[in-house]
Amino acid sequence: MSARVVTVTSGKGGVGKTTVVANLGVALAMRGQRVVTIDADIGLRNLDVMLGLENRIVYDLVDVVEGRCRLRQALVRDKRLQELYLLPAAQTRDKSALRAEDMVRICDELRESFDFLLVDSPAGIEQGFRNAVAPADEVLIVTNPEVAAVRDADRVIGLIEAEGKGPARLIINRLKPELVRRGDMMDTAAVLELLAIDLIGIVPEDETVIVAANTGRPIAFTDHSPAGRAFHDIARRMLGEEVPFAPLKEPGFLERLFRWMRPEGEEQR
Amino acid sequence: MKLLNRLLHRQGPRSGEIARERLRLVLAHDRAHISPGLLEVLKDEIIAVISRHVPIDPEGVQVTYTEGPRVNRLVADIPLRTGRRARREYGPLGLLDAE
Ligand SMILES: Nc1ncnc2c1ncn2[C@@H]1O[C@H](COP(=O)(O)OP(=O)(O)O)[C@@H](O)[C@H]1O
Ligand SMILES: [Mg+2]
Repeated sequence: MSARVVTVTSGKGGVGKTTVVANLGVALAMRGQRVVTIDADIGLRNLDVMLGLENRIVYDLVDVVEGRCRLRQALVRDKRLQELYLLPAAQTRDKSALRAEDMVRICDELRESFDFLLVDSPAGIEQGFRNAVAPADEVLIVTNPEVAAVRDADRVIGLIEAEGKGPARLIINRLKPELVRRGDMMDTAAVLELLAIDLIGIVPEDETVIVAANTGRPIAFTDHSPAGRAFHDIARRMLGEEVPFAPLKEPGFLERLFRWMRPEGEEQR
Repeated sequence: MKLLNRLLHRQGPRSGEIARERLRLVLAHDRAHISPGLLEVLKDEIIAVISRHVPIDPEGVQVTYTEGPRVNRLVADIPLRTGRRARREYGPLGLLDAE
C-alpha cells in the first residue's frame, strides 16, 4: 500500500484551503482511511487550530527537516478518530527553511504507512506553493465563485499543468445559492466553463464552518450541515465513488414570484 | 413603489453575468500573455503601417484577442476612410483610381 499525496492549493488566499484539508482529513478518516494532514504553510501555521490540535504540538515540519526529531515524533494524532494525524508547520521559522525535495522525501517516508497525505498549500505561486505541489500525486484547486479567486485559480491550474501534475480538480467553496438564483453570483457551470477543469465538489457558504473553526472541531464530524455533507461527498469521490452533484435547489414558480416582488435583503424568515 | 424599483433593477445584466464576462476577457489575456496594454501598442503600430499604404480611419481601428476552440486569434478591424463615399464618387469598387 502506498498513500496518495493530494495537495490542496488555490493561488488566492482565504478561499478555504485549510478548511478543505481539515474537513477532508476528517471525512476520509471517518471512512476508515489512514490520513496525515500536512501543513506546508511555513510561518503561518493554521491547520492545527482548524483541527483543534494546537495544544498538542511538540515538533514541526522544519524540526523534521533539520533532524531535531524523527518524522513519527512530529505527527500529532487526532484522538477523536482512529487514524488522523497532523504534521504541523513551523510557526517561528521563515519560508526558506523548507525546500521542495524535503517535502518529497517526507511524503515518501510516510507513503507506506498511510492511505492519504493531504498537503495544505500556502497562498501564492512562489516557493511555498512549489514545495506543496512537489510531492503531489493529485492536486485539488479551491476557488470561490468570484472574479479574483477564479482568475488566480486559472493561473495556478496553468502552473500545475506545466509541472506535469495535472489535471487538477476543482472545489468551488462558499457558493451562495441565494445569490446565484438572484444572478449576483456566478454559477458552477460558468466557473467550470471559464476554467475548463473537472469538478470534484461544491461546498456552499455555511455558518457552521465558521462555528467549527471557532471550536476546532471541523464540520465534517457531523455531516448534517450542507457544508459537512459536501465534504463527505468529496471524500467519497476521492475514494472512487460516483456521487451525483446535488443540483442547486431551484425555487418553484410561486416562490420565484414572491422573491421577485420582495425587495432585496428582506429574505424569508 | 418597491415593485417599480425591482422592475428598474431588472434592467441590464446581473452582476454574476458581468463577473463572467470580465473573467472571460481577463483569463484570455492572462493565458496568452497579451495584456490590454499590449493590444493598444499593436493597434498604434498597425495604424502606422497600414495608413502608409491605404487611407484608414484610425479612430475606428479595433484590435482584439479572442479565444477559440482550436485556435486563438488577434483580430484587427480596420475601417477604410474611403469606404462609402469613395464608392459613390469613384464607382462600385471604391478604387482610388483618381485623386
Ligand atoms: N464554506 C464556507 N462557509 C463559510 N465560511 C467558510 C467556508 N469555507 C471557509 N470559510 C471561512 O473562510 C475563512 C478562510 O478559510 P481558510 O480555510 O483559512 O482559507 P485559506 O486556507 O485558503 O486561506 C475562514 O475563516 C473559514 O472559516
Ligand atoms: Mg490556509
